[in-house]
Amino acid sequence: MSTILILGATRGMGRSLARHYAERGHRLILMGRNAEELEASAADARARGPNATIDTAVCDLESPQSFAPALDAAWKVTGKVDTVIVTAALFGTQAQLEADPILLEKVLRVSFTHTILFCEEARKRLMGQGGGTLCVFSSVAGDRGRKPVGLYGAAKAGLSHYLESLDHNYRAQGLVTVCVKPGFVKTGMTAGLKPPPFAGEPDQVAGDVARAIAAGRPLIYTPFMWRWVMLVIRNLPRFVMRKINF
Amino acid sequence: MNLPADVRPRSRNDQQWVEGWGRWGVPAQEVLSEDLERVGRPAHLFRGLGRSYGDSALPAPGDLSLVTTTLADRILGFTDDGVLRAEAGLSLSELYRLLLPRGWFTPVTPGTRFVTLGGMVASDVHGKNHHVAGCFGEHVKSMHVMVADGSVVRCSPNEHADLFWATVGGMGMTGHILDVEVQLERVPSPWIKQTSYRIPDIDSFTAALKAKGKEWPMTVGWIDCVSGGANLGRGLLMCGRWAQPAEAPATLPPVKPRLTMPDLIPSWLLNPLSIRAFNTLYYWKHIAREKTGIVHPESFFYPLDMIRQWNRMYGRRGFTQYQCVLPESAGLSAPREFLKLLTRRGGASFLCVIKDCGQQGQGMLSFPMPGMSIALDIAVTKNTRLLLDELNEFVISAGGRIYLTKDTFSRPEHFRAMEPRLQAFLDVKKKWDPENRFRSAQSMRMFGDLL
Repeated sequence: MSTILILGATRGMGRSLARHYAERGHRLILMGRNAEELEASAADARARGPNATIDTAVCDLESPQSFAPALDAAWKVTGKVDTVIVTAALFGTQAQLEADPILLEKVLRVSFTHTILFCEEARKRLMGQGGGTLCVFSSVAGDRGRKPVGLYGAAKAGLSHYLESLDHNYRAQGLVTVCVKPGFVKTGMTAGLKPPPFAGEPDQVAGDVARAIAAGRPLIYTPFMWRWVMLVIRNLPRFVMRKINF
Repeated sequence: MNLPADVRPRSRNDQQWVEGWGRWGVPAQEVLSEDLERVGRPAHLFRGLGRSYGDSALPAPGDLSLVTTTLADRILGFTDDGVLRAEAGLSLSELYRLLLPRGWFTPVTPGTRFVTLGGMVASDVHGKNHHVAGCFGEHVKSMHVMVADGSVVRCSPNEHADLFWATVGGMGMTGHILDVEVQLERVPSPWIKQTSYRIPDIDSFTAALKAKGKEWPMTVGWIDCVSGGANLGRGLLMCGRWAQPAEAPATLPPVKPRLTMPDLIPSWLLNPLSIRAFNTLYYWKHIAREKTGIVHPESFFYPLDMIRQWNRMYGRRGFTQYQCVLPESAGLSAPREFLKLLTRRGGASFLCVIKDCGQQGQGMLSFPMPGMSIALDIAVTKNTRLLLDELNEFVISAGGRIYLTKDTFSRPEHFRAMEPRLQAFLDVKKKWDPENRFRSAQSMRMFGDLL
């Protein structure tokens, strides 16, 4: 049994991960921005995993001042946290972000700056206790400057970059960093977008991510087909990328 | 025909598309969110896993979107005495996976586990135990419904009972079901003790259903509705109950592998000849007159769920399911007359299921009534509507009714002739939804002009 903290646990892939670990009887701290939602998600996790222990803490990726108190509370309750998972993020379509600079600033700030600030707080605490795993959801959108996810992808590219450096810097000192790059997954975030081939389900992603965490893999594409899709995309010449709408 | 012009099979040009299980649908957008209150406020219709065969979970003409509830699937509470409260999008499949190993199961299950709690209430589903357990709605203790003014109302048999019983079986026309509290059933083991019988004709079948229903809590019949004459209505009767721990394996039922039906089946594959061959084979596979054994709960409850997207079997033309109940008052010969009419009209059905219903529930538009329920799958051809007209006229003369969850093609005048309860239902709907905000392709077809 390990202790797992999930920021973004009330929805989407975070919810699936919380259920995955709850059903296997782990110790969980669910984090999200809304106390009432957290309570409902905690009830869900308890019903699904009667042997799991579930706590909650309010933490909002939009307000960096909430990070340290929430993490302190989590460490105080559990003593030691084995794994910190960050699934929370903000999303906007390319059209929405191009049209609305206020939204754009917020998406970039939350998905890049604030996510890194949160990771830094988590990193210090994980290393302070001698090590642990930090698993953060980036995206395939950060692998290449692509037409439909140029702005959102820019934040994710920066985040992937940071996560890779963490892995290089600190793995020897016990901090395992897992960068998750989901392809298209059918969640509330992508609702309304047309699913491409190889679209995944959140529960499938949760299983993949849990395996990657257990194995300490620094980078995982999920569903697995996206590893090959992105290998091709990363190597396409520019004149092709200008033509296609992928 | 009074079919809204835009309900049809999918064409290659359709991008955003929503369809019923019978593969007829409309171009529309599905809104997905964990937050049903937020997306429900502007929405006209909620939809679950889309196992309604017809147009009941399709947007009304002119409405461009609907809400799919499947992301709102949290269990909000589960008590030691088996009271489950969960969001409307929780699937029966999850409930089965999580709670059957712990000795709890839904008191009423339809023939597929790919349905949501909200959908089970809206259709007021029934199952193989209808003759003893009634419909699903009778086990629901309370629910939260978002009504037309955007407020969320808690209703139960004691609290806003009119809204409660109009929502049970009300096809989503009274409001959006947000969460459901239901009393689950304690089961002695996760396995089923089953005895099945080979039955030579329809009259023996109706008699056997009645007789076995007194001994068994769960009964259902499959009938060969292709063969006529002396073989008319021959088939297999399945009787079951939850196995006692002493007679069941000590292990949990294994997770069964599932195949996916490819979307490549040509429409001609299921034709009268192949259907006749299948029916004959299926009947004679059961050589013994009687077989008893312990069976997997999925094989007993959900045989069709073994194949994902089995609805593709009919090809792109799609199919419809016709389910009616012929009341006891129509006499014991009514099922025979019904099957005679069907075979005379060549309405070959790949699957035909027969079940005796118990007492009518309190849901204002609930389908079952005491009598014999018959369900047929019929590929859509140019003759289908004529066939359904004739079947409907027979059902009207027998004093029976059809199941809205299955229907795509019935005429509104036929439906109204079967439903003396409609006006009382519409009165409650008008009280809670005076401007007809909650609507579907089916509600507009059946009673849009009365609102």
